[in-house]
Order: sequence, then C-alpha cells, then structure tokens
Amino acid sequence: MLQLIARRFVFALVTLWAVSVVVFTAVELLPGDACQAFLGQMAQGQRLDNCRSRYQLDQPAQVRYLKWAKGLLAGDLGQSIKRDKPLKEIIGPRFRNTVILGLSAALLGIPMAILLGAIAALYRDQRVDIWISGIAIFCMTVPEFITGTLLISFFAVWLGWLPGIVIMRADAPLLEVLSNIVLPVITLTLVMVAHIMRMVRTSMINVLASEFVLMGNLKGLPRWQLVLRHALPNALLPAINLIALNIAWLMGGVLVVEVVFNYPGIGRLSVNAISDRDFALVQAIALLMASIYIGLNLIADLISLLLNPRLRNQQGAG
Amino acid sequence: MSSPLLTTEDLSIGYVNDQAEPVAVISSINLTLGRGETLGLVGESGCGKSTLLLALMAYQKAGLQRLGGRLEFLGEDMVAMSARDLQKLRGGQMALIPQNAGQALTPTMRIESQIFEALRLHSNLGMAAWRSRSIELLERVQLARPGEMLKRYPHELSGGQQQRVAIAMALAGEPDLLLLDEPTTGLDVTTQVHVLDLLRDIVAETQTAMIYVSHDIGVISAVCEKIAIMYAGELVELGEKQQLINQPAHPYTQGLLDSIPKLHQSRLPVGMEGRQPQPGLRDFSSQCVFLDRCGHAQPICEQSKPGLLKLPGQAVKCHFGEQTLALKDLATGSQVAKPEGFSKVVLQVSDLCVSYDRPSLKRRIMGDKADLTVQDIAFEIRQGEILGLVGESGSGKSTLLKTVAGLQQPLSGSMVLNEKFDLSYAVGKRAPECQQRIQLVFQNPDASLNPSHTIEEILARPIALYFGGSESAISEEIDQMLERVNLPVAYRHRYPGQLSGGEKQRIAIARALVAKPDLILCDEITSALDVSVQASIMKLLLRLRDESQLAILFVSHDLAVVNALADQVVVLQQGRIRESGRVYDVFSSPEHEYTQSLLASVL
Repeated sequence: MLQLIARRFVFALVTLWAVSVVVFTAVELLPGDACQAFLGQMAQGQRLDNCRSRYQLDQPAQVRYLKWAKGLLAGDLGQSIKRDKPLKEIIGPRFRNTVILGLSAALLGIPMAILLGAIAALYRDQRVDIWISGIAIFCMTVPEFITGTLLISFFAVWLGWLPGIVIMRADAPLLEVLSNIVLPVITLTLVMVAHIMRMVRTSMINVLASEFVLMGNLKGLPRWQLVLRHALPNALLPAINLIALNIAWLMGGVLVVEVVFNYPGIGRLSVNAISDRDFALVQAIALLMASIYIGLNLIADLISLLLNPRLRNQQGAG
Repeated sequence: MSSPLLTTEDLSIGYVNDQAEPVAVISSINLTLGRGETLGLVGESGCGKSTLLLALMAYQKAGLQRLGGRLEFLGEDMVAMSARDLQKLRGGQMALIPQNAGQALTPTMRIESQIFEALRLHSNLGMAAWRSRSIELLERVQLARPGEMLKRYPHELSGGQQQRVAIAMALAGEPDLLLLDEPTTGLDVTTQVHVLDLLRDIVAETQTAMIYVSHDIGVISAVCEKIAIMYAGELVELGEKQQLINQPAHPYTQGLLDSIPKLHQSRLPVGMEGRQPQPGLRDFSSQCVFLDRCGHAQPICEQSKPGLLKLPGQAVKCHFGEQTLALKDLATGSQVAKPEGFSKVVLQVSDLCVSYDRPSLKRRIMGDKADLTVQDIAFEIRQGEILGLVGESGSGKSTLLKTVAGLQQPLSGSMVLNEKFDLSYAVGKRAPECQQRIQLVFQNPDASLNPSHTIEEILARPIALYFGGSESAISEEIDQMLERVNLPVAYRHRYPGQLSGGEKQRIAIARALVAKPDLILCDEITSALDVSVQASIMKLLLRLRDESQLAILFVSHDLAVVNALADQVVVLQQGRIRESGRVYDVFSSPEHEYTQSLLASVL
C-alpha cells in the first residue's frame, strides 16, 4: 500500500518535471524573446542587448532553465519583464480568487451531481430520471459563455437581483470575493454537474443490476441502507477519476467564465499574459495549471485506493 | 401433520408487452414444502428455475412480474405482504444462498460488516454479541481462523471460502427455509463435496427446509430427498429422489437422465434432439410443452395440455405418464469402441516446464529457479486418439493447452508434432503447416465466434488462409462441413447470435475442422453447455475422430465426460502429472491419492 502511494508520488513528480521542461522549451521555441516582446518596435541594437543582459537572456537555454527550476524549487516564480514585478505578486491574489471560484463550484457541484446521478439511476426511465437527464444533456451541450450570458441577462439585466459583471480588485478581501461569485459559480456548476451526474448514473445503474445488490434485497435490507452502504460506494469507484478530470477541466472552464464575468482570476490573467506576450507569466501560469492537473489526478488515485479494497492490497505490482 | 412451510398455487411469473398477451416465463407452479423437507429443482439453462427461486421470496427481477397464483409462507400470503414485512422475512425466516458468492458479497465491505448487518436485521442480539455470534457462524460453516476472516474483504477469500461466508450469512437469521441457487457450480469438485456435506449437516441438525436449484442432478440427489424437474417454465415431474431417478415417468426426465455421462459406465450418453422453447415464441397453454422433442408424442399431446398426473410417490405432467414409465426403453448409447492405438504419434511432449514468472535480476544472480506453473510434463497422443487432461482449477491444464497451442512459451522441454515439427516456438513463428495442423476450440463459443461475421465468413477464413482456392470451391467446402457437424446448410447466412449454444459450439468445431488439422485442442468445450447438448457434442466429436483419424487433446474438469470420451487420461495437480494411462485403467483402479479423491468427489 505505502509502496503504491510512493510510486504514484514519484510518477507525479516525474511528470511535473517533464511538464516544466516542455513548458520551458515551448516558450523558447516561440519566435523572439521576452525582451523583443517587451521593447516591441524599439527592440534593436544596444537597447535590446542591455535588456537581454539585464534579464540574463544572453545566457544559454540550459543555464536559464536550471536557474528557473532552482527558483521554482525555492518558491520563486521569477520576474515579469513587462509588468516589472515579481510574478508571485501578480499571480498570488488572482490564483486565490480562481481557487475560491473553482472550490465553490466543486463543493457545490460534486455532491449535487452524485445525488442527482443516484436519484436518476434509482428511478431509471421514470419521469424524475427523464427530467434530470434531459436537463443535464442540455447543460452539457451549451457552452459556458452562452450559459453565462444567459444567466447575466436573466438575473442581472431582467430581474436585477445580482451584479452582471464582477467589479473588484484582484486583492479584494474574501468576503467581497464571495459576494461576487454567485453567477460565475452557477455557470461552472451547471456543466460540471451534468458531466459527473451522467457518469454516476451509468455506473449506479450497473451496480444496481449487480448480484450483491440483489443479494442485499434478498437479505431484507431496507432500500436506503442498500443504496447508501452497498450500491453507492461501489458506483462511485469508477466515477472518482472522472470527477478529478472534471475539476481539472474546471480550470479551463474558469478561463472562459472569468472573461465573461470580468472576474480577476488566473484565467483572465493568462488571456492577458498571452496577448501582452509576457513570456515569464505565461510560463508560470502554464506550470501552475499543469501542477493542478497532476495534483488532482494524484488525489483521485489516492481516493480510489482508499475506497477500493481490491486495489489497496496489490503490493505495488504491475 | 403441521401446516406446510411454503405453498404455491398456480404461480406464474412473466412479462407484459405493450401489445400482446402477457408472456409467462414460469407458469402454473404448484409446490408444497413441509418443515425440514428438502427439494431439488432441476432443469437446463433457461427453464426458469432461478426465476422460480426468486419468486418464492416474492421477488422479481426488473421487467418481470407475478401474472397470477398464490404464494404462502407459514400460512401467510406473501403477495399481500407489506415491503417491511417482506424485509423481515427475507434473510430472516427464509434466506438465499446465491450462485456466485464472489459477486454476491459487496466488494467494498468487510466480511464482518456484511454478517453484522444480517445480525442487526434478523436477530435480537445486541451489538456487543455480534462479533462472537459471527465467529460462531463462521465456525459453523467450518471456516478456519474465523476471527481473521471477519476482517477480510470478499476478494481476499477463495471461492470455497466466499461460498461458506454466504452460507454463514444466510444462517444468521436462523431461517426455516434455505433457498439455494446453484451454490456449488463455480467450485472445484473436491470443494463442492465439502460444501454439500456441510449443507447436509445443517439441514439434519437444524431441521431447516431447503429448496436447491441446480442443473446437476447428481448434486441435487446428494442433498435433497425430493426432486422436481422443470422444463420451459413448467414443473413436468416431481417425486421422491430414488423413485424419480430409477423410474423417470416424463419423457424429458428420461432424456435428461440419459444425457448425463456416468463414471461407472463407459458408454456415450444419449443427447436430446431439438431445443427448449423460449418463452413467448409459442403458446403452450393448450399443448404439451415437451411436444416437439418427445419421442412418444401422440395427437392428444398437441390437442390438450396434460395435467399433473399423480402416481404413487411421483407426479408427472404427461398424458402417458403411466405408460412411459413402463415404456422406458432404457436408451443406451453406443458402446464406444476404443481404438488400441495407432502407430503414428501426432504429439509428443517430454519434460515440459512452463513458467509465467519473469525471473527477477536478483534471482537470476542467485541462480534461484523460477516458479514453475507446470513441470516435467510428458505424454503422447497418437492418431485417432483422444487424450483427456483432467484437473481442478489451478492445476495447470489450461497453461499446458496454451503452450501446445503456442500461446505460451515453454521454459524447457520439447514438443514435437508428427515426429518432425518442433513446437517450442510461439504460434506466430511456427511453420504455416504447423499452424494449420493444430487447431483450437474454446470453452465459450459466444466469445470465440465473431458476432459480426456470418457463419460463412467464419468458416471461409481458415480455408482461404491455409489452402486458398476459388470462391465456389470454398463455398462447397463450407456446405460439406456444415453437414458434417449436423447443421443445416442454410445456417451459412446466419450470425452466431442467431444460433443456440450447442449450435455455436458446432460452428467452432467446424472452424477447426476446415483447416484439416491432425490435432485439435479442446478447452472445456462442453462445460458451458447443457447436459443434453453436451451429449450430442460428445457424439459429434467421436464421429469426427473416427472419420478423420483426428488426435484430440480434451481438457476438462468433468471426469465423467472424459470417461465417456477419452482413450487416455492425464491427471494434473499443481502443475504435475499425478497419474496417466488408459482411461479404463486409471478410473477403475486409481493409484494416486489425488486421482482417488477426484473420483470420490464425482456425484
């Protein structure tokens, strides 16, 4: 068991290292460098050389990668030439905002999705199921910038209950952030719930048809005990990794939603960084996103190890 | 006489389509069971025996419903019972022991929580007493180290242990009636004997009544006093065990008994022609349900449905119940002439060792030997000879078969085909002639025939691959082959899904035969089939062997089948040959302890 966990951790670290190399190389391969991007039309002659030597861009790529990687290990993301600030200061508060947004959506969405999926499976092909599944398919097919826009026009423009766009500073206090994220969270939740709910429903239907559920019935178990203790844990096993993928996807969805709602998070920052050609910032965000992806998958693996006794006592083999 | 434990009156279960009449899956079941009585329900797959067993707990699988009839337990109408009362009854006074305990135990829960649950629901014990009671129960089912077992998860137990846990769980509510759904079908024969002994003990000690469903009349007669025979959803015969087996009155019962291969007589069992009608395809409400396959059918069988004719100690649903009893023409299968051994050796295996282990670096340095799955195997098969390879699961018989087929590399030893071809290469590296001369037939034809190819395509492939030839020549060959395996030529345009299990297995055999092999490897090819179908496949194999002087390596766990079919037998245990020789010699005077225990386990 411990060996298995250790192995997963090592895999995660190796992947992370590989990602850092890929991200670094990708930015290297782009035409021009940070100084050219920063100086724009004036990027020539002495000025360019000065800039390059100031930010040590004149050193070979391997050396710069090692420096960058060393900085990362020490928690230093580097410096934005464009914004002339440590990246940590730029990313920090926005990352917090995005995490708040994503976390709220996940905390609201995942339990709801599991509940709805289970209900839909229990009342398979009956009216409840048809409604839940129908709405889910609708939510899945409509892209979030449309959902977001529809929500804005309904709740903000038409009813006037909620602010349509988020107007706040990136480093606003937590309370202010929370009061601003209702519509973005709903937008994110809708799509996510739909995906996870469909998965839970399918997996629950399979489990309900299994022999141990039949056995539970014939053992005289009341229905809700049968569902909660026997069926649901087994139905969730195959869903866990999908849920992790969905949360990771959430980071991508966040990008669109943040732009639609003008929310000061990492998604909007990355859009800006790309249009500004702020290479260092793009690099840092890409690495951050990748770490989140890898981290979530690692957590999902660990949870399925925890819930699935069959995986648990494989002695790290295979 | 006290009131009966369980009675059914005209119980029918089926499904309702939108348009048509309701379709009965089981119809007009009349059963009475007294306290402490044991009844075996025997029938082939699809006869509705499992549906009936669930129906006796007032449970129907999704899509099925009760179409009519009564069901009473201890004088109480179970149909009218509330869900809560039914929950009290199920797992309490009547408990089910499932077919496949491995899948009937919840994989994410420890054994203890599953037994505790049964105790919580169906006993008056307080929480403090659950553990000691659970240990008692596990000791009752002779499970070693019960305290440790409680902490385990289902997958950490062997098949036999899982089945014992399922029995212990059923006993938790101190039931008056145990319902068993083929509880030993997935187990090895020696384990099966232990489980059956245990069940007999429990019944004798606690006066628990039992209804035992199985396709295996041998198993049933080992534990039950009465036997009921089911066919196409109806009870066709019911009687005391000895009487029913010695004097079957229904033509179906007779046919069923005749199709069972027996260990003490080396004759081929007689198969039954035709197949069991499926529910809904035809209305049997005014006809005998066995009409199509019955050798004694008269016009009256087509005009009216026979009622249950009561004979002393026996009841039979046949117009001619009394006559067939007298008529019973002791159908005896042909005595198999076992050839004395032809000169040419088709397969020679010597000193064969196979290992699935990839030796680790450390072991290679230390010079440790790899774990051998099979070792020191030596045997030969001659032309026109059938060699039976028997053993329990894990004995290495499939590994051996795979190695001969070239799907698994041997570690050492030699395999020689036709005294010249070396078979120690993987199948892809063997000479084309080698590939063609060894053909394989698998256990499960559902998995081995491509469902999206027609029979024609399935059979044409090997012909084109090995011999080529014009389309018309291939086509003619397919026709001939279908005839040889007793299938209508018209089947060539069908898909495997449109064939019955036995017919599919015939196609699988035909596919092997069109390659004109010298050696056919058969991996449990009759295990997935009903006995009556098994008998006809066995007959086919023997005929084909005689016609083409085939050598056949026949892997099976069923000693009786091997006894009826094979000339030579090899007994495997834990990867080693324990005994080998002519079937008659080995089975009539087994020398090795293991062979003796295997033979003793055959029911």
